[in-house]
Amino acid sequence: MIKIQNLTVKIADREVLSNINLEIKKGQVMALLGPNGSGKTSLIMAIMGFSDYKITSGDIIFKGKRINNASVDERARMGIGAMFQRPPTIRGVKTRQVVDLIKQENFSTDKAAEELNLKEFLGRDINSGFSGGEIKRSELLQLLAGSPSLSLFDEPESGVDMENIVLVGKMMNRILRKNKDNAALIITHTGYIFDYVKPDRGCILVGSKLHCAGNPKSILTTIKKHGYQWCITCEGERLKDKSHKTSR
Amino acid sequence: MVHNMRRGKIKRQEPQNKQIDIASYNKDASPKAYVQNLSGMSSAQKKTMLSAGVDASGKGRSGTYLQMDHSVVHSNSLFAGLEVMSTTQALKKHEWLDNYFWKAVNPQADEFTAQAHTKPNHGYFIRALPGAKVVFPLQACLFITQNNIMQTVHNIIIVEEGSDLQVITGCATAEDVSRGLHIGISEFYVKKNARLTFTMVHNWAEDVSVRPRTAAIVEEGATFLSNYICLKPVKNLQMYPKAELTGRGAIARYNSILFAHPGSHLDVGSKVILKAKDSKAEIVARAISAGGEIIARGYLKADVAPVKAHLECRGLMLKESGKIYAIPELEGNTAGVDLSHEAAVGKIAKEEIEYLMARGMTQGAAQAAIVRGFLDTSIMGLPDELNKQINKAIEACEKEAF
Repeated sequence: MIKIQNLTVKIADREVLSNINLEIKKGQVMALLGPNGSGKTSLIMAIMGFSDYKITSGDIIFKGKRINNASVDERARMGIGAMFQRPPTIRGVKTRQVVDLIKQENFSTDKAAEELNLKEFLGRDINSGFSGGEIKRSELLQLLAGSPSLSLFDEPESGVDMENIVLVGKMMNRILRKNKDNAALIITHTGYIFDYVKPDRGCILVGSKLHCAGNPKSILTTIKKHGYQWCITCEGERLKDKSHKTSR
Repeated sequence: MVHNMRRGKIKRQEPQNKQIDIASYNKDASPKAYVQNLSGMSSAQKKTMLSAGVDASGKGRSGTYLQMDHSVVHSNSLFAGLEVMSTTQALKKHEWLDNYFWKAVNPQADEFTAQAHTKPNHGYFIRALPGAKVVFPLQACLFITQNNIMQTVHNIIIVEEGSDLQVITGCATAEDVSRGLHIGISEFYVKKNARLTFTMVHNWAEDVSVRPRTAAIVEEGATFLSNYICLKPVKNLQMYPKAELTGRGAIARYNSILFAHPGSHLDVGSKVILKAKDSKAEIVARAISAGGEIIARGYLKADVAPVKAHLECRGLMLKESGKIYAIPELEGNTAGVDLSHEAAVGKIAKEEIEYLMARGMTQGAAQAAIVRGFLDTSIMGLPDELNKQINKAIEACEKEAF
């Protein structure tokens, strides 16, 4: 689905991603773990093509096409969609308006909004005064409407209460299962969402570098036990997904 | 905002007008015949009126007043508690009306008020009788159809005690008119516990200069809502309507949506003088420059306490050229007043555009959605039906504007 090769990204003069190599295959769900400020969100923004995130070297190949120079909307129309963590409030632009503008045929805005407990938000300015959980659900509503083949979920569980995390997981799965080839990148630093959405592989981003790739569960267990620093030094099993060591 | 500081006293001065040569306009216009049925007007004229919020079909309206140049072309009321006619006719009908002429606006305020004082050409008289709840909005249209004339009108609206009235005024120029001067004196009297929603849509031409001179007196428990929309090119527009809150608990709210095209100069403000306890005011302005100049003023003056008032101005710069100059002024003259303002001028946030683009919208579509959102009339708190009609007028203007 997507291949990221030797990707280095800068915001202004600050390097936020260094020489990243990552592949997400068709139908695959990739977990991206890492501490705050490690560059996880930057990776999503760079894949999506936001203009502040300048690629200084490397390539992003999506569905066999190099998309380094494609605009944000071109990438979206090619099938990349993102659930943003801090989407901007746009005054006067109603949630319903956005969903109606981007939705695929046969998508019922009202029905989906009802399932997401967002009916009363349709008439509100998008993201205006939304709580953490409401933002997640509004982002999911937009992803459901657009039905991307590659979904980039930025911390889908953060700020979501226990009741709603089930709903968030359910809707993420619905987006993924719309087509057997649909793939996803899920950013998390807690891993709670994995109780609901099962990742196939995991990798770790620390200090703007990818450090590990393998079985997401064992990576998470290792992190919980030893912290992220341990992962930086554990380079042995890198890129081998069968038997990630959980201890030395 | 010019202040004279002398001997420790601050004296506020009104903005200076850009000079207009009144003598360069024709005072006379050919008379236009009275039209019994507005649907018989030309489709071009109907379209122009509609883009100023005035529907020739009269559908959903409680009455209509239409003036072309210096002639009253149509005036009717479909509601029992509502009077609609020209001020000339009203002066003949009501002897007491003299008491309302030039009571809110000072005839010697400037050369334009002086001109209107010497030589008025009608204008509308609208009166809601005591207790009348006029359900549908009344529409009034001041139309310039002849090139290079000066139209000078004097309007009076009286909303009697306990009554409720909505007025949509559309001011427009016919398609073939390029130059003109419109001077409009408007005096509004909102009596005890009455409510007036006054919405004015301007739809002028590139070389038309406009000088509305408007003032409202709002009594105890009464509410005055004033909405102003100007999205079309205009050469030079200067207005600074005023509301005086004279009775306890009186409320005034001004909303303005301004769009300056290249070559347009808009100097628009709203002021509220809070003279009675528990009175409240709010001034909200949205200004967009697509290359033209906007001076967005606001002035809140509190003479008694407790009162509460807020002023908000947001400006959006769409082009490299152009200017938005926000001038909020607050004047408190006693302890216990609560006056505040916020003003911001900027461009469309890139993150907002890219957010919508990340959903698949083109950059153009994303920008248009954001600009359209900026002009959102739901901030005006209008009744649904009126809101729909105003949005229709905005859409008609937008097609040309963007």
